[in-house]
Amino acid sequence: MAEAMGFFTDTTICIGCKACEVACKEWNQLPASNGGANTLSGDSYDNTRQLDGLHWRHVQFVEQFNEERTAGRWLLMSDVCKHCVRAGCLEVCPTGAIIRTEFDTVVIQSDVCNGCRDCIAGCPFGVIGMNPVSGTAQKCTLCYDRLTAGMEPACSKACPTDSIHFGKVADLREFAARRVAQLHREGEPRAYLYGADDRMLGGLNAFFLLVDRPEVYRLPPDPKLPSRNLGTGSVWAMLGAAIVGLLGIFSFRERGNGGDSTRPVDETTPPGDVTTTPGERVER
Amino acid sequence: MTPNVPSTFFTDPPHWQWLIVLYFFIGGLAGGSYFIAALIDFFGRPQDRPFARLGYLVAFPAVVLSGILLIVDLTLPLRFWHMLIESNTGQPMLKLYSPMSLGSWALLAFGFFAFLSFLAALGDAGWGPGRRLHVLRPPGIVGTIVAALGAALGFFVAGYTGVLLAVTNRPIWSDTALLGLNFIISSASTSAALLILLGLWRWRSAGGIERLERFDSLVLIVELVALAALVATLGSIFWVWFSVWGVLLLVGVVLLGILAPLALHWRPRTLGRALAAPVAAVLVLFGGFMLRVVIVMSSSGMGTGG
Repeated sequence: MAEAMGFFTDTTICIGCKACEVACKEWNQLPASNGGANTLSGDSYDNTRQLDGLHWRHVQFVEQFNEERTAGRWLLMSDVCKHCVRAGCLEVCPTGAIIRTEFDTVVIQSDVCNGCRDCIAGCPFGVIGMNPVSGTAQKCTLCYDRLTAGMEPACSKACPTDSIHFGKVADLREFAARRVAQLHREGEPRAYLYGADDRMLGGLNAFFLLVDRPEVYRLPPDPKLPSRNLGTGSVWAMLGAAIVGLLGIFSFRERGNGGDSTRPVDETTPPGDVTTTPGERVER
Repeated sequence: MTPNVPSTFFTDPPHWQWLIVLYFFIGGLAGGSYFIAALIDFFGRPQDRPFARLGYLVAFPAVVLSGILLIVDLTLPLRFWHMLIESNTGQPMLKLYSPMSLGSWALLAFGFFAFLSFLAALGDAGWGPGRRLHVLRPPGIVGTIVAALGAALGFFVAGYTGVLLAVTNRPIWSDTALLGLNFIISSASTSAALLILLGLWRWRSAGGIERLERFDSLVLIVELVALAALVATLGSIFWVWFSVWGVLLLVGVVLLGILAPLALHWRPRTLGRALAAPVAAVLVLFGGFMLRVVIVMSSSGMGTGG
């Protein structure tokens, strides 16, 4: 396998230009939503609103102002699929449509997906959505086609401030650590990395530098794999089956008043009223 | 400031709606009817075998309907076979750690055994080739193997749907490991209720009804305990059900679906013996359906993902 490739998104230098969103849409030929009708959110410069099957990059606009709006700050973050090393979507996909590529990225094969939507429920980040044109679940591929051609993904190529860095994950982690140290030195002690180490789902190949709690950026503070409930859920279900089975045996068993259980019974007469003799059988 | 929100609230809903609710209910009836039928065949009195036959007659059409519901719910229904065969290699597609993958195979296998038992039940009822199909039902060796494997798969089909919901990252579903347990117990109570209704409709008064009612009462008591345990395991997430869903759970599932039928089983004279059994059975079926409505739909509306 080639070396793991990924994104490091430094939110402190994102200017909210949405060039990444546009480049992603153009390169991947993602259709417009609502048939191209211009729908505005009405309460933000963010009209994309979320990641889904039509939006594989999403620039979040977080306003943090006081009530008088005399002091505050913008938090801007270009969100994307995290290409988790241990990916929830890949775990649950029943068709094998979701694969891990030679770049350690996670890709949905549109020609295999049948639209069961289990991956949407399995993703801890709410990244995946349905593409109404293809009828399949879709998300960022980390521009797999561009990677195989030796090019960098469209979003990072288009980013004018280098908020989105593309490269080998190992290199990106070193670079990100230096950037956090620099910010700490220069008076921004809140800076930290989200998903850069192995503790979060084995590591996120697309990780972020944040300056507030993850929830503020609509990121889960403690994302988990869906399979965490598989063992215990199965054991409890088996216990339920055992209880039901025992109750059935207790309820239906003979108690010395039933006669020969191997004897065929005329089943066209009402149960409980049977008075057949051995060998007797009435066909309707 | 954003308050502390559980991580499951940052996910998106898969838009599993009424078709899936119906599948969970009918699939539960398919599995439940079969394993009750097998339990009667294995452990019951010969006089009660007609109820087992009813169970087999219900299970196969129900599992066929379940498959249809699942296929129709796919956004690309013609690719339903991708659940079983890798479309790009032609190899079997089975992921043991994906409940949906395992469930697809289980549904197919259960359908096969349900079909064999359905044929046997038809034979017992005097339709089709008759006596020759009788070997597909216990107590013969072939019938015993068919019913045992079918019952095991019936339990699986009845319960894996709950595990499937738990193996996601959605609020409520993945916040408890007890959905599979609750679904299996509920499938037993609803299937027994359905067999009671069909038995009453077929034979008006039948001696074996009391045994099914006793079974249903015991299962309903266990269901109440399992539901309480489910709520307890949700912890602080339970606040989600301080809503119309909580009302439906309390009134539709607990009061109408569990406590009222239990009361009717206990004191049938309240409504008169002729009415008590069918009314209790209808209430149990209603409660089982509402349980699935509440669990599936209450989670569907939540999410701030991406």
